Formats: sequence, C-alpha cells, structure tokens
Amino acid sequence: MENLQLIIPELFISIMIMFLLIFGVFKKNSSQLVYNLTTVSLVAALALIINLDTQIQSSLFNNSYNIDSLARFMKILLILSGIFVMLSSSKYIQISNISKIEYPILILCSILGMMVMISSNDLIVFYMGLELQSLALYVLASFNRDNLLSTESGLKYFVLSALSSGLLLYGCSLIYGFSETTNFNQIMVNTKEIEYGLTFGIVFILVGLAFKISAVPFHMWAPDVYQGSPTSVTVFFALLPKIAALTVFIRFLYIPFYELGDQWQMIIIFLSIASMVFGAVAAIGQKNLKRLIAYSSISHMGYALAGLSTGTTQGVQSSITYITIYLVMNLAFFSCLFMLKRNDEYYENIEDLSGLSKNHPLLSLSLLVVLFSLAGIPPLAGFFAKFYIFVAVINEKMYFLAIVGLLATVIAAFYYLRIIKIIYFDPEREKFESKHNLGLKFTLLASTFFILAYFIYPSGIVDIISQININ
Amino acid sequence: MNFPILSSLILLPTIGALFIFFVRSSNSQYQSSKYVALFITLANFILSLYLWIVFDKSIVDFQFVEEREWISGFVNYKVGVDGISILFILLTTFITPICVITVNATIKNRLKDFLIAILILETFMIGVFCSLDLVVFYLFFEAGLIPMFLIIGIWGGERRVYSAFKFFLYTLLGSVLMLVAIISIYWITGTTDVIKLYELGIDAKYQNLLWLAFFSSFAVKTPMWPVHTWLPDAHVEAPTAGSVLLAAILLKMAGYGFIRFSLGLFPDASLYFVPLVYTLSLIAIIYTSLVALMQEDMKKLIAYSSVAHMGFVTLGIFTMTQQGIEGSIFQMISHGLVSAALFLCVGVVYDRLHTRLINRYGGLVSIMPKYAIVFMVFTLGALGLPGTSGFIGEFLVLMGAFKKSIIVATIASLGVILGAAYMLWLYKRIIFGKLINEDVKKMADLKRFEILTLWLLVLPIIFFGFYPEPLINSIEVSVANLIDINDLDKINKLALGE
Repeated sequence: MENLQLIIPELFISIMIMFLLIFGVFKKNSSQLVYNLTTVSLVAALALIINLDTQIQSSLFNNSYNIDSLARFMKILLILSGIFVMLSSSKYIQISNISKIEYPILILCSILGMMVMISSNDLIVFYMGLELQSLALYVLASFNRDNLLSTESGLKYFVLSALSSGLLLYGCSLIYGFSETTNFNQIMVNTKEIEYGLTFGIVFILVGLAFKISAVPFHMWAPDVYQGSPTSVTVFFALLPKIAALTVFIRFLYIPFYELGDQWQMIIIFLSIASMVFGAVAAIGQKNLKRLIAYSSISHMGYALAGLSTGTTQGVQSSITYITIYLVMNLAFFSCLFMLKRNDEYYENIEDLSGLSKNHPLLSLSLLVVLFSLAGIPPLAGFFAKFYIFVAVINEKMYFLAIVGLLATVIAAFYYLRIIKIIYFDPEREKFESKHNLGLKFTLLASTFFILAYFIYPSGIVDIISQININ
Repeated sequence: MNFPILSSLILLPTIGALFIFFVRSSNSQYQSSKYVALFITLANFILSLYLWIVFDKSIVDFQFVEEREWISGFVNYKVGVDGISILFILLTTFITPICVITVNATIKNRLKDFLIAILILETFMIGVFCSLDLVVFYLFFEAGLIPMFLIIGIWGGERRVYSAFKFFLYTLLGSVLMLVAIISIYWITGTTDVIKLYELGIDAKYQNLLWLAFFSSFAVKTPMWPVHTWLPDAHVEAPTAGSVLLAAILLKMAGYGFIRFSLGLFPDASLYFVPLVYTLSLIAIIYTSLVALMQEDMKKLIAYSSVAHMGFVTLGIFTMTQQGIEGSIFQMISHGLVSAALFLCVGVVYDRLHTRLINRYGGLVSIMPKYAIVFMVFTLGALGLPGTSGFIGEFLVLMGAFKKSIIVATIASLGVILGAAYMLWLYKRIIFGKLINEDVKKMADLKRFEILTLWLLVLPIIFFGFYPEPLINSIEVSVANLIDINDLDKINKLALGE
C-alpha cells in the first residue's frame, strides 16, 4: 500500500482517463466539458505531486519505478506545460473543428505515458511508458483527419516512430542479453566490463531516444510532423515529449552506463554538434513558422544534449535548466502563433507577420522578446540557458563543443532576426483579431514575463535544480 | 555607502522607458513622452555629475562599489567606478539627452518606441561602464545589440535591413568567443570578479588565448581594420540619434574594454600582441583616412574618420605608457563629443535636403552662417587643432607612441595630416564653393533646438581643449595604478632589454 501512495498522481490520471472516456461517451456534446475537466484534473494531479513528501527517495515495484527528486521536478514541469498547453489551445481546437472528446483524453494518456517514462528505472517499464505516449501521439498528429497534411504527418510519425521503437527494443534485448537484467541499477552492477554487444545495445537505445527528441540525424520526421499536425498538437509535440525523453536520457546514461562514459560520450557529442549546426542552418530557408520552430527545436535539443555529454552532475543540471527555459520560450512562441487569427482562420507563414508591430504592438513585443531569447541574446532567459550549458561544457575542457555551439547561435540568430525584421521593418498587412480567450492571454503574459524578468533573480530555478541528484 | 547611486544610474532610464511604455499612446501624447524621456535623461546626467563631484580622484580603488548575490555561488552583481569609467558614464549621460532633443526633427513615426529604445540602450551603456564582473559586463555589452538593431532597422534609411543585420551578426560573432573566455577564466581562477582578478592575476600560459578571445570581440566593436566594414553601413543607415549614440558611446565600449580587461587582466599577452595591434591600428589610421578622402556620402566619410580615430585610440592603449593610455581615454571622450556633433551636423542638413551626398551641397556659408560656424568648430576638433579637445588626445597618444617606437609614431602622425585633409576638404565642399543647387538656396539656418544641441557640444570641445585638467585629473591615478599593478613598466623594460 505504501507504494501505491507514492504513485497517486499516476493513479489519479489513469482513473480520470477512464472516467472521462465513459462520461464523454454517454453524455452528448460534452467535448468542451471533457476538455475543461481534463485541464482541471491536470491541475489536481499537479497538486498531488507537489503534495508528495519531497524527502522521499524510493524505488517501487522491485526497483523498477523511481520516485526521486529528478522524477518529481520533471513531472511538475511536465504537468505544468500540459496545463498551459491546454489553456492556450482551447480556442484553437474549437475553431479547427477538432473539438472531440477523444482529444483531451489522448492528451491525458500521453501525459500518463510520459510520467511512467520519467519515473522508470527499468527497460521494460520505460518501454511501456514510451509506447503509451507514442500511441496517443500518433493519433493526435493525425487528429485533423480531413486535412491531408495532418493525416500525412500522423502516418509519417507512426512509421518512423515504429522503426525507432523497434531499434530501441532491439537495444533493450541486447542489453538484457549481456547483463542478464532489465533493471537500471542491476545493469550497472552486472556490466563492469565493456562488451561489444553491450555497446551495440547502448547505441540502439540512444538512436531510439534521439529519435524521440528529434536529434540529428534522426530528425527527419520533425519538420513534417510539426507543420502537418494541428497547431495545438504541435505545441504539445514541441514541449512534453522532450521533457520525458530527456529524463530517460539522463537516467539511462547516468545510472546503468555511467561507468561506460567513454562508450557513449562521443555519440552524444556528435548528436549534439550535428543538431546544433543542422538545426541552425536548415531553419534559414523556412517559410512556415511551425516548420521553422521544428528546426529551431532540433537545434535547441543539441544544446540540451551538450550539457548531458559532459558526464557531470553539473552538466545534467544545466541540461534540465535548459529544457525548463526552452519550454517557457516555446510556450510563449506558440501562444503568439495562436493569436494570429483572422475570420476563424489561423495564419502560420512568416510572411503573415509582416508589419505586425504597427497593428499589434504588444503581441509584436512579446514575439520580439521570445525570438531574441531563443537566439540567446542577454539579458533574456534564453541567454542564461545557454550560459549554464557552456559553463558545464567548458568546465570539462570541451572547448570544441563550446565554440561550435556558440557559432551555431550566431547562425541561428540570423533566422530569428529575419522574423523580427519581418515583424518590425516590413510594411503592414491586414489586422488580426485582437480578442483572445483568457487562458491564452495569461499563458503568453506569464511566459513572456518569465523570459523578460528571469535575469532579476536567476538563482531561483538553479537552486531548485541543484537539489536534484541523479544517483 | 548607503544610497546605491550606480544602480540608480543604471535603472533610471529603464524606469523611464517602462513609464513611457505604459502611458497610453495617442498622437497628442507623443510630446509628453518626449518630455518624460528628456526629464529622465537629464536627471541621469545630473546624478552622474553629482557622482563625479563626490568621486574622490586621489583614491586608487574602485568607489561606490555595490555587490549583490546574483547567480548563487557563481556570479555576483558588482558595480563600481574608477577614474576611467566615470568619464564614460558622464559622456553617456551627456550625449543621451542631446539625442532625445533631436528626435523631433529626425524621427517621423513611432516616436514613443524610439524613446523607449534609446532609454533602454542608455541603461545598457551605463551598465557596461560600471560593471565589475565579467559576466555582468558581457550581459550589458551584448544586450545593447537589441535596441541598436531596432533603431537602425526601424528608423533607418533605405538599406537599413542589410545594415542592421550586418551590425548585429558581426558584433555577435565577435562576442561569442569572449563568452568562452569569460567562462574559462572562471574555471581557471574561480571567480569572474574583476577586482579579485586584478589581485590574483591569470597564469601567463593561458593569457594569449584568452587575450585573443577578448580581442575578437573588442576589435569588431572598436572597430579595427579589417573588421570595420559594418560601421560605415550602420552609420549611413541609422537615424541621426542612432548614429550619434553609435559613434559617441557604443564604439567606446570596446576601447574601455581594452583598457579594463585586455591590459588589466592579461598584461603579458597584451605585450606579446603589441606588434599586431600596432600594425592593425596603423593600417586603420592610414588606410581608412585614405578611404575617407574618397567618400561622396557625408556620413560615410565621418564613419571612416571614426575608424581612423579609433585607430589612434588602440595605438595609444597598447603603448602601455601613462601618456598613451591617458591620451587614448582623452581621445575617446573627445571623439565621443566631436563625432556626435558631426553626425548631428549632417542630420541638420539632411533634414532639409534629404540627401547626404556631398556634391549636392555647396555655398552653405552664405545662407546658413550659424551652421557654418559650429561646423567649423567640429571640423577643427576632428582634425585635432590645438585649442580643441581633439588635439590633446592625439598629442598624448603620439607622445606615448614616440616613447616606444619612432617609426610607429611617425606613420601615425601622417594620419593627422590625412585627417586634416579629408575634414577640411569636406568642409570646403559643403560650406564654401558656389551656391548652385536651387534647393539648397531655400534651406533655413539652424532652428533653436539645433543651436542648443550643437552649442552644448561646442562648449566642452573648446573648454577641454584649453583646459584638459579636470579630465586628466580624473584618470591619472587610475591609469597609473593600472600600469603599476600589472608592472607594465617593468614588463616593458624587460622587453626592451633595459
């Protein structure tokens, strides 16, 4: 029973999924109600997680499920992002005609899967969580089924993701074969010597994980899926799976295979450099904002991986800080995207932003702040995110990685500046609607304020994150 | 130390910007937001004057130091001034209100946004000159890019987008290596606090690479040949107030950085790279002066002259002599005043004729006599005539250079002649000559606010030309200390084999 107390948030979400499913089926026209109930249950789940004793560091179910400071922090981050995504996209799903009861329930399923991933301390549990979230995501990507692009993106994501899951499973089985166990801690004990099979296992699993966070060269799906999916799903894609996958990355690299650092370090460095550079270069020619942000997030994942590649606690903490700030920046960016609405139609091309600053000064100002922050210009939050990463990287004397990373920021700055140029320097176009729902406004305001004011008290988040210990 | 005077200096413009931002915008209130900006910047000027008066010029240490924990256990927010930085703060707070006064004539649209950008920029500029922590310095140094990018891009001329991008990306590219160096310094010494670093010193084996990383940033910002090409573009396209701030203050950040960080933290490396800096400075002085002679656009000509003048500054700093460094600082202050004034002068005629091409003008002396007088003063100031502040700076720099190398000093002196050539020729072509262009004949003489702003700049240029004592006094002790603590003299002598 004690075990069950610790997973109350997960249990609560599972129960809510079942309840909402039945409720939605029996009550006619209840899609909006189910949507709101989902948001409420996410808030409740957040409260339940925060309510858990912070001192607890325990492993449940034969050491396969970890409730520790890392899991706690990441889950709070996950559910908070989930709540803000729900708040900001409620109007969008109504207008895009995808307001069905399945939509919020699938989101809940996916979040549940991610929570399992975050806590997993066992290859099997991890895979279960991964599949739960992925299956929900396949459906979500193609949720706008009358739209050709959306269907295509769902299918594309499904096929490629199935392939990567296959590779991942193959890696799991190799590791099981060479270490005789699936438990992370046990693997560490059983694998003192390097064997080829084990290395292959690590590589396969890393490939699978790299696919999930869309690191180069496993990024091919991201631009198409980001562009094709409904924007409300894109923002979900851009935020939540990254948190879960990064946590698994951390656990996987730093618990079972910490001793084999020299086996995986070069791989992570390669993934990191390739993502940073490719993401920055490929985004330059984009015309669609969602596609552009896909490349931008590829690049950002490169920086998060750079922190992981150091092999130090400080590096991990810098990665967690990075992903936290990344989430806020992307949330703000997508909130702005949700506001580009005219006559019940959403606009998502860069050209549509032309001269935005004349008609919508506040929206443009938020975009300005977000874009400069994404580019990593001080004193905005994005700069600090990169700063922590480079502090950790340079501490390990990995100067090459640091310099490549910083040069990539200069390239990336170019395409962010291009959007700012279109907003501020180009001739104006027709006005967008200026009435938005409260949740969206609040999301944008809160996230922009966070980005702007982060420099006043940068220690806050760092102090919380420095409490996280991995082993 | 009770009242946090430096933080107030830094924050006051931002508070003003926020105030203007939240006042509802309508056409009638444009004027009021201008007065708010003027009031704030003047208050800041008075505050910095007060700072200068209370500042004890005989003390070596940094004064008015404030320290607060910022990124816990890593970086502290630390500000303070010594005799060098206080002059730059004064220059900043003096030039900004003048820019605010000029906006009436030059900025036609979105005045409110422009004022906000200028005020935010002032915050960052003052921050650069007072920060005593490398990370805080970097933060302010880089943050200044954002408002300047917008100023050039929104209110600039025809090729403003190109210029804004070039300005932003050049400077950013230069600065990223500095960030690597700053973090490396933290891991080598365990601190980024400048005062502590002065005491600790940095191991000589790391200095060369670190020096180069800092140099890449400052060289772009100064700008030194061959990375100066962004400056003419940025100047030509920026609105008058933007050009003034760019020339008068933003360029000085790099010169200040050379003195505070390159010399202060890496004395051995600075000495090692002296030949490099001499070469680049001399090329800047001679080559860009020649380029300036060829220009047909007034702003471009002045922009190239800025590069040449900054060549004197870098030359003076790296002579590592008391005279050379003092001369550089003096030259920077003087150039801040003179170049600001010259850009304002260009702005005056540009507002009337909407062209910057020199050959469209001519014979202005007969229709704009008041303009001809002030322009004369600034021309003479730019070419370094005795009796103007420009002379003192160049003279001291050359004196420092003569101490080190007669050849270098001789070549640099040629720059003075070339400077006289292009400035006087510019003056001749615009002010004298025949009055041919019909449109020019209709031009009105200076308006009241133009007279005010230009004479405000004439006064210090002539005053410090005859009586440089207040400025020299202020920097003397700090420069001597800089040379002293780093044993620059000793290093110099060793290098010369004495």
